[in-house]
Amino acid sequence: MTERTPLLELRDVNTYYGQIHILQGVNLRVFEGEFVALLGGNACGKSTTLKTAVGLVTPKSGSVLIDGVEVTKEKPGERIRRGIAVVPENRRLFGPMTVMENLQIGAYTRSHVPKEDYDYVFDLFPKVAERRNQLAGTLSGGEQQMVAVARALMSKPKLLLMDEPSMGLSPLLVEQSFELIDDLHRQGVSMLVVEQNANMALSVADRGYVLQTGRVVLEGPAADLAQDAELRKAYLGR
Amino acid sequence: MSTTPEDSRGIGTDEWVAQHGERAQRGTGLYARIGEAWMGLPSLVRWGIPLLLVVLVPFAGSNDYILRIGINLGLFLLLALGLNLVVGYSGLLDLGFIAFYGFGAYAYAALASEQFGLHLPSLLAIVIVVVTTAAFGFTLGLPSRRLTGDYLAIATLFFGQMFVVLMVSSDAVQFPWMDEPMDLTGGANGISNVDQLSVLGFTFDSNLSYYLLLIVLVVLATVATKRIHFSRHGLAWRSLGEDSLAAQHMTIPTVRLKLLAFTLGAGIAGLAGAIFASVQQGVYPSTFELPLLITIYAAIILGGLGSIPGVLLGAAIMTILPELLRFPEYSNWLFLVVLILGTIMYLKSWKLVPAVFAGMIAIGFIANVIFLAIGVPYLTTAEWAKGPLAPVLGSWIFMPEERVLIGNIAFVALVVAVAWMSLLTRRTTIILLPFVLWLAIFTWEVRLMLEPSITRQLLVGALLVVLMATRPQGIFGKPRVEVL
Repeated sequence: MTERTPLLELRDVNTYYGQIHILQGVNLRVFEGEFVALLGGNACGKSTTLKTAVGLVTPKSGSVLIDGVEVTKEKPGERIRRGIAVVPENRRLFGPMTVMENLQIGAYTRSHVPKEDYDYVFDLFPKVAERRNQLAGTLSGGEQQMVAVARALMSKPKLLLMDEPSMGLSPLLVEQSFELIDDLHRQGVSMLVVEQNANMALSVADRGYVLQTGRVVLEGPAADLAQDAELRKAYLGR
Repeated sequence: MSTTPEDSRGIGTDEWVAQHGERAQRGTGLYARIGEAWMGLPSLVRWGIPLLLVVLVPFAGSNDYILRIGINLGLFLLLALGLNLVVGYSGLLDLGFIAFYGFGAYAYAALASEQFGLHLPSLLAIVIVVVTTAAFGFTLGLPSRRLTGDYLAIATLFFGQMFVVLMVSSDAVQFPWMDEPMDLTGGANGISNVDQLSVLGFTFDSNLSYYLLLIVLVVLATVATKRIHFSRHGLAWRSLGEDSLAAQHMTIPTVRLKLLAFTLGAGIAGLAGAIFASVQQGVYPSTFELPLLITIYAAIILGGLGSIPGVLLGAAIMTILPELLRFPEYSNWLFLVVLILGTIMYLKSWKLVPAVFAGMIAIGFIANVIFLAIGVPYLTTAEWAKGPLAPVLGSWIFMPEERVLIGNIAFVALVVAVAWMSLLTRRTTIILLPFVLWLAIFTWEVRLMLEPSITRQLLVGALLVVLMATRPQGIFGKPRVEVL
């Protein structure tokens, strides 16, 4: 398994915000077909890890590889064109544009989008199909989450990065949201999910990384992590 | 409007939010039904009817004055469509936009007048003007790669102001290789005797010819921007204005699109400028100062940023309204109609409307009695009241001899009263409304009618405030919904 090329790899990444050393030698790998959860408390560097992977921040040292290709110097657009897609924190839909237009923008990398691709996401999310002509900003939180995922899928990514999918959703919707993510994973979408809700994330993920003040302190199969006494004490609160 | 159970659920309930769009669509009442019927027509008819009306204007017994307004409107529409690409789509707050208009006008004047002895053929001159203005726009757009929002606004505002200063002061420029300073722009007097447009042997020498030319250009610009609106790139443009970071996540080339918006917008402005210079047969720096910029921004914000019919309507309102208000007899009517309609729309109750207006009329007569009792000298009806409303207003409004002094006091009282009323509850407001309405009409007749030029600006400003307060997204704009 270790011989395969990871879809996404962070090698010894050090990222700074000004003088502050945020990521301190982070190593992370996501293989094809995997569902990896990136866990940790507030201000531990979860989102920065994701931003470094996408290229919104540049690391001071270390490298980022997508599908085995060094992309540390590339801009977000170029990296994303290599086959990753992002569901940003807070979803960031284009509010005054219709759901359909949001999906069209999601497919911007491709000059021609066959109708089947829209049917594919509409099959996945019948609710999105129902609301396709409505302004995205007028949808409820759960529906917006679905549109955000659907929009990301429109670029046919090899790897889907999600930043805090549970943010701003009610407990019931969080559960539904993770069921949806699990479903996608079963259909073969590789995923890296950044999440505070460790219980929920570990219940569906294959593997997990735990970050603490910018360092990976634990990593391993999700089932093991869920049982790990230290982690339970530190993050799961029991 | 009837209250359905959903309405009482309150904002934030998922279903309620989700149904927002549908509720907005299935509006009832006359206004909504007219809107629905209108939107039901084929788009060729919807765009064709206003176009036909506009084309028929010169043949329906109109004069040069109306054609001049039409020409100004046409130029204004071009500018507004160009600015809409930059501000409405890409969300770049470009406050230097008027400089492109001015640059186009000056460039055309330089190429087709005695200033440098050049008299290039119109088509060639216009192509050169549009290309150079677009290049200028590209250059000014370069800071937008790093600057956003307020910072871009400040930087571009500086360029806009610098343009006017440069034009005024470049009448004696000393080049090192020349013996005498050279007059580049004619300074504060500008450049006059600019050639009229002449294409394929046809010279545009009448207002009618320019009017028709501008209709063609505005239609072309509208069709072009409309096509862009729904294209893949238009979509990318709009997403960029909405949320540049999210757009980047969708691999949209944000920098390239921003520069393209600046370039295209400037090109359109340059074209408008060239036509302006040839209509006027001259260019003067004072044309390109701040008021024009403010008016254009008012037009596109009023109509609804990013909406093409909105931008067109906004520009039409901002051009025609001040002209209507130029004549006291029109502005008198307009003021009263707007005041009465505004009151009815605010009250939203047919029981209250007669009560409030009866109160207003009563207060008018009481005021007359009080003024007479104090012994304020006054003018008779025949001395001041004119037009069809004279017998009505003449007997109701007390016209003091000291119009300016008493009018000024009334004006200050009115402003204070309106400002304070916004703090009161609806109940108290309605009780005070008859008095404020009377005060408004009194101030209007006594003082504001004396100075139509200031009054029309006040009135346009007040209308804008009221409209933006009731419809912040503009007439045709899409409501801005916060995405959580």
